Amino acid sequence: MESGFGSDFGGSGGGKLDPGVIMEQVKVQIAVANAQELLQRMTDKCFRKCIGKPGGSLDNSEQKCIAMCMDRYMDAWNTVSRAYNSRLQRERANM
Amino acid sequence: MDSSSSSSGAGLGAVDPQLQHFIEVETQKQRFQQLVHQMTELCWEKCMDKPGPKLDSRAEACFVNCVERFIDTSQFILNRLEQTQKSKAVFSESLSD
Repeated sequence: MESGFGSDFGGSGGGKLDPGVIMEQVKVQIAVANAQELLQRMTDKCFRKCIGKPGGSLDNSEQKCIAMCMDRYMDAWNTVSRAYNSRLQRERANM
Repeated sequence: MDSSSSSSGAGLGAVDPQLQHFIEVETQKQRFQQLVHQMTELCWEKCMDKPGPKLDSRAEACFVNCVERFIDTSQFILNRLEQTQKSKAVFSESLSD
């Protein structure tokens, strides 16, 4: 049998674990976790803003509110992300 | 050749440098993401009244200020903690002798 079984896979360990594949899988898992985090916080915030006394179902105004709230939350998230990024770059430039 | 020693130091605690770099980069990215989540949540409470059809300029400015002030607060706390720790360090050093 060939003795170089493991060396074809970037040489980082046993025969079957390609580090490139692992890295891609990890990236996907991180992205999923971030999406879940975002959804959880968004749901919390929009429930608080849009639902008063909980009725027997979500009425039209509540649904409209939730839809707008979702969009505004994404806007807010993007604004915060940009602002934070700018601040980090400014800090690095000052070092 | 022994198969366990031909792998790049798996038994010695040394990690594949490519993987090591990847871990460092992704960890950094995650720290950033976590803070964005946290600040968005905090600043939403301070800056958002009723969700409207768009983010008006006042709310947007509030979010930007909120981020800056949050980071200022964080730095302020670290700096002040460092200062108060310095005056305590003399005390704790004499204890460890």
